[in-house]
Amino acid sequence: MTTVRLQLNGEACSVEASPVTSLLAAIRQAGLTGTQGACEEGECGSCSVLLDDALVCSCLVPAAACDGARVTTVEGVVAPDLAAALAAHGAVQCGFCTPGFVVAATALLDGDEPLDHATAAHALAGNLCRCTGYQPILAAVLEVDRARRG
Amino acid sequence: MISTDGAVLPRTLAAALAVRADDPVRTVVAGGTDLMVGVNAGRLRPSSWLSLRRVPELQRIERHGSSLFVGACVTFARIERELVDTAPALAAAARTVGSVQIRNAATIGGNLSTASPAGDSLPVLACYHAEVEVASVRGTRIVPIGEFLVGPKRTDLGADELVVGVHLRRTTGEQAFAKVGPRAAMVIARCSLAARVDRTTGDAGVGIGAVAPCALAVPAAAEILASGGSVDDFVAAVVSAAAPIDDLRAPAAYRHHALAVLARRMHGWLQ
Ligand SMILES: Cc1cc2nc3c(=O)[nH]c(=O)nc-3n(C[C@H](O)[C@H](O)[C@H](O)COP(=O)(O)OP(=O)(O)OC[C@H]3O[C@@H](n4cnc5c(N)ncnc54)[C@H](O)[C@@H]3O)c2cc1C
Ligand code: FES
Ligand code: FES
Repeated sequence: MTTVRLQLNGEACSVEASPVTSLLAAIRQAGLTGTQGACEEGECGSCSVLLDDALVCSCLVPAAACDGARVTTVEGVVAPDLAAALAAHGAVQCGFCTPGFVVAATALLDGDEPLDHATAAHALAGNLCRCTGYQPILAAVLEVDRARRG
Repeated sequence: MISTDGAVLPRTLAAALAVRADDPVRTVVAGGTDLMVGVNAGRLRPSSWLSLRRVPELQRIERHGSSLFVGACVTFARIERELVDTAPALAAAARTVGSVQIRNAATIGGNLSTASPAGDSLPVLACYHAEVEVASVRGTRIVPIGEFLVGPKRTDLGADELVVGVHLRRTTGEQAFAKVGPRAAMVIARCSLAARVDRTTGDAGVGIGAVAPCALAVPAAAEILASGGSVDDFVAAVVSAAAPIDDLRAPAAYRHHALAVLARRMHGWLQ
């Protein structure tokens, strides 16, 4: 086991990791259970986090190699407008994919260019949802993008 | 030096090479997108990591005159963004890799070292006639891409070596990349094709992927492009270089057929 120091949602913390511990497992062991694990193959995006500001699948990152990194999980994302839009559009059914979509949408909404449907769909293609059929999620994200740009 | 700590994160290439030489059992990790799939499935149990995340020399993109160097740890997200004008076919291939999450982590050095027959950067590197820079404490070697890739998931890399990056010539004229898969996103190529041609200089290149033990250049097809040969001759040259196999993802006959379709379309795009 090694001790890995992280800036987790802005707070210094240390987690214990073996060489086979993923960042996903380390985050959940640290008590932050918003980040979900499902496929652990990079296919579903439910484990999405920001690692040094880049959106990644935390299941594909060895925790031991993250010493000194900044990690933002869904718990560290403050986006009441996105939460409200997702709820209003019926974009949350079972909710399992929602934390991943929230983190991925947060990264997407930070971009410079206004979004259209095709760009948003391409950018969110790494997140799977088995319930909603995606259109409510895309509609919510596009609405937030328009509103934030005024 | 046999270290037992979980990971070392050297801050210079020299330090990384020293660890590689002293402790070759450490698993080298860049983005982790290939390795961690195996780890999570219990197929791989690395005892310790040599992480290249913090080695600045491997993060470089350098342009000198007509040459371009792309460091091993440059991610596909950066290639997609930063090389649109300098290496359009490579940027196009990068855009098709996995998802945003995968492209933000996956590196070109990892793609080269994994040497999957379907690795998306590889037919493009073959079409550019790229050279791979590898290094160890013994020194640096420049290896043509066709010699670096020696078979499915097999490379010329020695046990104490690291990929430092790839050298490309900046080319002029038209170029393109295309791949075939079952959906629009998150696709492992069933076949892929990269081609470039500058008819004023007569310089051309063609590379194919996922239809042979490793990605490879097709010089006969490049000559046809350069000399303005017919589309049928081009398609025939591309297809005759392929040696696909049946596997879980697609039968050989399908790969052959799809490659011919891609070749025909690409010949049109490059006019
Ligand atoms: C969901 C998903 C989708 C994917 N989609 C695609 C796709 O569309 N196209 C595609 O081509 N690939 C795809 N991949 C595969 C993978 O993302 C790529 O092969 C990627 O380029 C690997 O880079 P990495 O930095 O993550 O490699 P890592 O997993 O860190 O390493 C891969 C291998 O390379 C070695 N290595 C890494 N860097 C070096 C170096 N500098 N020197 C020596 N050895 C090194 C490692 O030891 C390991 O053996 C996908 C993977 C996943 C999980
Ligand atoms: S759990 Fe990480 S992508 Fe599915
Ligand atoms: S709401 Fe159920 S998976 Fe998306």
